[in-house]
Amino acid sequence: MFDNLSEKLQRVFKNLRGEGRLTAENMEAALREIRVALLEADVNFRVVKQLIENIKQKAMGEEVLTALSPSQQVVKIVNEELIKILGSHESRLRFANDPPTVMLIVGLQGSGKTTTTAKLARWLSRNGHRPEMVSVDVYRPAAREQLRVLARDLNLPVYPGAAEETTPADLARSARKDAATSGRDVLLVDTAGRLHIDDQLMTELQELKEQLSPVEILFVADAMTGQDAVKSAEEFHRRLGITGVVLTKMDGDARGGAALSIRHVTGQPLKFVGVGEKPDALEPFHPDRVASRILGMGDVLSFIEKAEELIDKKKAVEMQRKLIENEFTLEDFRDQIRQLKKLGPLESVLSMMPKVGMLKDLKNVKVDEKEIVHVVAIIDSMTPQERANHMIINGARRRRIAKGSGTSVQEVNQLLKQYAQARKMMKSFSGGFLGKKLGKMKLPMSFEM
Amino acid sequence: MIQTLFGTVEQEPTLLDRLKSGVQKTRAGLVGRLEDMLQGRKEIDADLLDELEYTLISADIGVRTTQEILERIRERVDRSLVGNAAELENLIREHLLEILQASEHAPARVTQPPAVMVVGVNGSGKTTTIGKLAHRYLHEQRKVLLCAADTFRAAAIEQLEVWAQRTGTEMIRQKPGADPAAVLFDALQAARARQADYVIVDTAGRLQSKANLMAELEKMRRTAARVIPDAPHEVLLVLDATTGQNGLEQARKFTETSGVTGIVLTKLDGTAKGGIVVAIARELNIPIRYVGVGEKIDDLLPFDPEKFIESLFSK
Repeated sequence: MFDNLSEKLQRVFKNLRGEGRLTAENMEAALREIRVALLEADVNFRVVKQLIENIKQKAMGEEVLTALSPSQQVVKIVNEELIKILGSHESRLRFANDPPTVMLIVGLQGSGKTTTTAKLARWLSRNGHRPEMVSVDVYRPAAREQLRVLARDLNLPVYPGAAEETTPADLARSARKDAATSGRDVLLVDTAGRLHIDDQLMTELQELKEQLSPVEILFVADAMTGQDAVKSAEEFHRRLGITGVVLTKMDGDARGGAALSIRHVTGQPLKFVGVGEKPDALEPFHPDRVASRILGMGDVLSFIEKAEELIDKKKAVEMQRKLIENEFTLEDFRDQIRQLKKLGPLESVLSMMPKVGMLKDLKNVKVDEKEIVHVVAIIDSMTPQERANHMIINGARRRRIAKGSGTSVQEVNQLLKQYAQARKMMKSFSGGFLGKKLGKMKLPMSFEM
Repeated sequence: MIQTLFGTVEQEPTLLDRLKSGVQKTRAGLVGRLEDMLQGRKEIDADLLDELEYTLISADIGVRTTQEILERIRERVDRSLVGNAAELENLIREHLLEILQASEHAPARVTQPPAVMVVGVNGSGKTTTIGKLAHRYLHEQRKVLLCAADTFRAAAIEQLEVWAQRTGTEMIRQKPGADPAAVLFDALQAARARQADYVIVDTAGRLQSKANLMAELEKMRRTAARVIPDAPHEVLLVLDATTGQNGLEQARKFTETSGVTGIVLTKLDGTAKGGIVVAIARELNIPIRYVGVGEKIDDLLPFDPEKFIESLFSK
């Protein structure tokens, strides 16, 4: 997300780099670029106008007189302004003293409410809650069936609804009763998608709100939304008083300027982002991370957090030692691939990396997951001695390995070449700048596919 | 009553309030503001052009297209061809129409039965569009066969089935999780055997940035062509009118992998104007075939560029 915006801003700052200091003239050019970039990122134009005004004032003001270079300064100011709008704190869900806590999931058609409801239920149950779900979408064909299937796969309860319960109000009422009697502490109510200008359906939501007194009313918004985001968000907020926003489809390449627009028109925090179709593809929203990502610093924090969760630290430390002492064997190479695989599809791992400097070209890397399976198979087909010392792998051994792994000698050759390259590359990194970086991240991840 | 489990709820910054009041001034409709803007003004000056730029951008037409339009206007103003603000609107209309009409071309003649593949990102309205499309074809006394090739999303098959029942159309399906290309293969063979006039193929929603899912569409195309030469004959990209600039990327990537032949612009009954199709028509030369204007079965209309521009200019 936001890749293109960050690229644009980087270009702006690159141009600024040559200048000694911020002047009205060079700032004008930078501001124009920032403005176009924000507009292309679908940030609402009124919001852009205000942002540019704020950035201009700050840049021209006394804050200019600091030790930073002009480009650093502009980066800092833009970053601060974006964070200010996105919200300076990470926002959490609230719960009622008196369970079950009712959360109403609302939004336009196709924004991703049902998927989000299931993801939230999973997230809640992972965080010590006992959620129940109900779909009150009596309009869209198979909408309730969709939630039922998702709930079944998650092994979480969904209120099925009796035959005579045909209205959202009926369904919600019984579901709450059901949640209370079965000791569920959160009830997620998935509502039908509707247009903000559909008075009848908006009134229906207001009635549901009155009936259920939800603690959270979460507005689900598509990250790809354009200028219209402010209108729908504003109207949903006006009618219902939403308490938070879930931004979906952030795994795509939409720049997601809607996040800024919605945040400001409603003043309500973004609480989660949806980053995939699977039920675990939901992450808490981190305003600072998104802002730094906008600026091209990459979502490094998210990445490290994920890596730490999954990667065996001891192994990583050991790997580092080996790297430095040049004991990095094919076995380590395989371990490394396996550890990386745990982070998720490699493309999404790579997308979290900063797009600067030598890693810039990573975004064009298309990772063939099948190839990784082949690589692991090839290494698996080697003897322990071969894995420890790749120098002994001669032609006959290569043929055997290819046969054993169901690949070809060419593929084995290629792997050995890649391994040798990776070894060389890592050795050169271990002393240099990136080596330190990776060292901090406790993550050996610089092999080439 | 409300406790906060994970921390305190932050205070709303005053900045937000200021911005909020700014955004609230936004009025629906391109021309609502255009009229405001033009009222009492005869001269075309830099302020007016600035304001006009914002106005066009707010309809999601995009920065590049907007700048191109403004360039044209500046040119004419410089040559004194446009003397007053009132002529601006016509000029803009003309230009937009030119862009949209340039991309219009008739669908190619096809071998029978034509297969129509419906593609798009998640939640754009593919299944609903198929329901409406089936209804349209049936209305023309055509025999339609639906193909439930979204085997991925929960209850997607059931959703299409409801539309099949509503329209009285036969539907070819397999189990959830089945290979979509296999379902398509079955459907096309069935279409041949049953002498259907149209096969409409539902596909799973996918974000255009997911290379593996886009490759799946390529595979479906290849499979289709094996059963019926030249199939799929029409590939409709379903685009949500609320989509912003990402719509262009959607059109680009889906065209690359699945050969989009036309666009269906859905959810035009909201306040979104769908201006991104102008940028799509301009840059990719893809025609807009239909527009979705509601949830009812006959809420799918053939695209009419003049009416579309009219709607851009109405409140």
